[in-house]
Amino acid sequence: MRRLMAVAGCVTLALAGAACNRGTGEPVAGLITKTDTNPFFVTMKKGAQQAADQQGLELQTFAGKVDGDNESQVQAIENLISFGAIGFLITPNDSKAIVPSLDRAHKAGMLVIALDTPVDPPDAADATFATDNYQAGKLIGEWAKAKFAKDGKQAKIAMLDLNPNQVSVDVKRDQGFLAGFGIPNGDPNKIGDENDPRISGHDVTDGNEEGGRTAMENLLQKDPSINLVYTINEPAAAGAYQALKAAGREKDVTIVSIDGGCPGVDNVANGVIGATSMQFPIKMAELGVEAIAQYAKDGTKPQNTAGKDFVDTGVQLITDDPQAGVEAKDSAWGKQNCWG
Amino acid sequence: MGQAELLGVSHMATTAADFEVRRHDSFGLRVQHTLHGNPVLGPLAVLILAIIAFSIVNVRFFSAANLSLVLLQVTVIATIALGQTLIILTAGIDLSAGAIAVFSSVLMAQFCVKAGMPAVLALLLGFACGTAMGALNGMLVTRIKLPPFIVTLGTLTIFFSLNSVVSNSETVRGSDMPPLMTWTGDAFGIGGFQLTYGSIIMLLLFGYFFYALGRTAWGRHVYATGDDVEAARLAGIRTGRVLFSVYTVAGLLYAIGGWILIGRLASASPNVGTEYNLDSITAVVLGGTSLFGGRGGVLGTLIGALIVGVFRNGLQLAGVEVVWQGFAIGLLVLIAVSLDQWIRKVKG
Repeated sequence: MRRLMAVAGCVTLALAGAACNRGTGEPVAGLITKTDTNPFFVTMKKGAQQAADQQGLELQTFAGKVDGDNESQVQAIENLISFGAIGFLITPNDSKAIVPSLDRAHKAGMLVIALDTPVDPPDAADATFATDNYQAGKLIGEWAKAKFAKDGKQAKIAMLDLNPNQVSVDVKRDQGFLAGFGIPNGDPNKIGDENDPRISGHDVTDGNEEGGRTAMENLLQKDPSINLVYTINEPAAAGAYQALKAAGREKDVTIVSIDGGCPGVDNVANGVIGATSMQFPIKMAELGVEAIAQYAKDGTKPQNTAGKDFVDTGVQLITDDPQAGVEAKDSAWGKQNCWG
Repeated sequence: MGQAELLGVSHMATTAADFEVRRHDSFGLRVQHTLHGNPVLGPLAVLILAIIAFSIVNVRFFSAANLSLVLLQVTVIATIALGQTLIILTAGIDLSAGAIAVFSSVLMAQFCVKAGMPAVLALLLGFACGTAMGALNGMLVTRIKLPPFIVTLGTLTIFFSLNSVVSNSETVRGSDMPPLMTWTGDAFGIGGFQLTYGSIIMLLLFGYFFYALGRTAWGRHVYATGDDVEAARLAGIRTGRVLFSVYTVAGLLYAIGGWILIGRLASASPNVGTEYNLDSITAVVLGGTSLFGGRGGVLGTLIGALIVGVFRNGLQLAGVEVVWQGFAIGLLVLIAVSLDQWIRKVKG
């Protein structure tokens, strides 16, 4: 009830044109996610909140309305500047368009940290804490290659990507998977330019179940001999599985995916997904908040992982069908470390 | 605009017709009259031509398995578009259609999984919630006299945000739900055709509303209200009541669409369907129903939904890149609306 009152109060104040700060007197840190509906960001928010409580910071959270909503994020940064926040974490909806706002935040003396998705250019943020998406794709590619070599099967691959816009996370996962599987990348910044007979086709899923199912159905019509399916994320994989099941092909087609959400790990345990690359959103958020707290104390900024232009928060292959030469943990470990 | 708008429907000189109107009806005018009387013919021609074209491009396209797949893929959106048609026939529009469908599906899942209700009760409650959301739209449109566009723009946002709150943004898996919830996704074969119970429900609903709009007083009132609300009111039709009934019934249809969606995905996901609001309008417009109200019907909407499905599936099989699939659908919509404008210019 008190929370409801606080929200109601905030709305009233916001309508009256005043900034709404709970006014705990603690220094303010911000978290701006792409949306507040995706479990990945919901988890990230939880992790950031816990870390902020530990560090004695007040966390203000904002989110875009939908994926790609840059405007809400620009407004969030304006708000944080007016609050006099020390710094903020942002998962940019539009890596290029957000840069002018980041520059304004820098002028106001704030620490800017990109989470999960780098900004463009990457040095427009003080640091980036992210999953190495290329590496995440590469791991499931290597796993699939080893599995198919062991079974002596010729792969026919369906590529279920995100959307037509060739955004960086989509491109890196797709290209990483192909490289891991041993299919040379054409242009490493472009999806769909590899002309390899093992690739049956690409389609887009919007990263959800419905898109995954429709895309898989259509690709199966195009090439009924598909036996390996790469998916951008686990909801798309769940949808793809439904299409395979309807076609009676779920037993002889292998699905690989990326995310490490709890429903996805469950799907690894019950054989829907062969292997998935787990990422660590809680760790991302915790490290980010700690960096802001450190900056508040003595003005030091975080350092990137050696040889990369970001701080790699790690990926872990999860599978119950381990292959020689590809390091992996089983779904039981996955259950303990999953998110969402 | 001239007869050139008939793109792909007929081939005729655009000049001759303009001068021969007084002597006898030109071919173009006859087409115009025919379409005015039977708005379904245009979309039907597009659908048949598209099927023929895609069959030539890829032999796989014209097979029982693939064609029944297209029907399966459009089942959810067609059910939602059925409700949307009723509203557009009254010259309204419902931007919250997809939000009601997805939110209803999430509510059903939460009722049986979180609240532990029996499946039948959860399902009926889900339908009731969808109906209530439709009724809310109807009340705001008729009582407070707000334009439907604004009302449903507001409720769309409200329903989607409640959807996130109630579901906690988490998907409920089909294996955790009673079989009745996912029954709509169960399939049976007739020859090479695979039909799901969801598709059967959808077709039955279309059959019923085809009858209701064409053969009942309520149906006539819907058309009359859409054609000219003032004239309808003067003729003794209680237009407020008709509008309220249309939004309410649409809400129920969206909720049924939500149930079919659970079957298709074998889960209830709060993160799907964000584009259903506009997709349902696309299907209605492609089906020849006029956005100005009073002209069109549900049969056209089914064809409109199938056109989108055929194009998406056919272009994928033809190896067309995804980017251009959206382009093609958008172009079709513009042609459909232009055609509608041209038909409306018919001299009575």
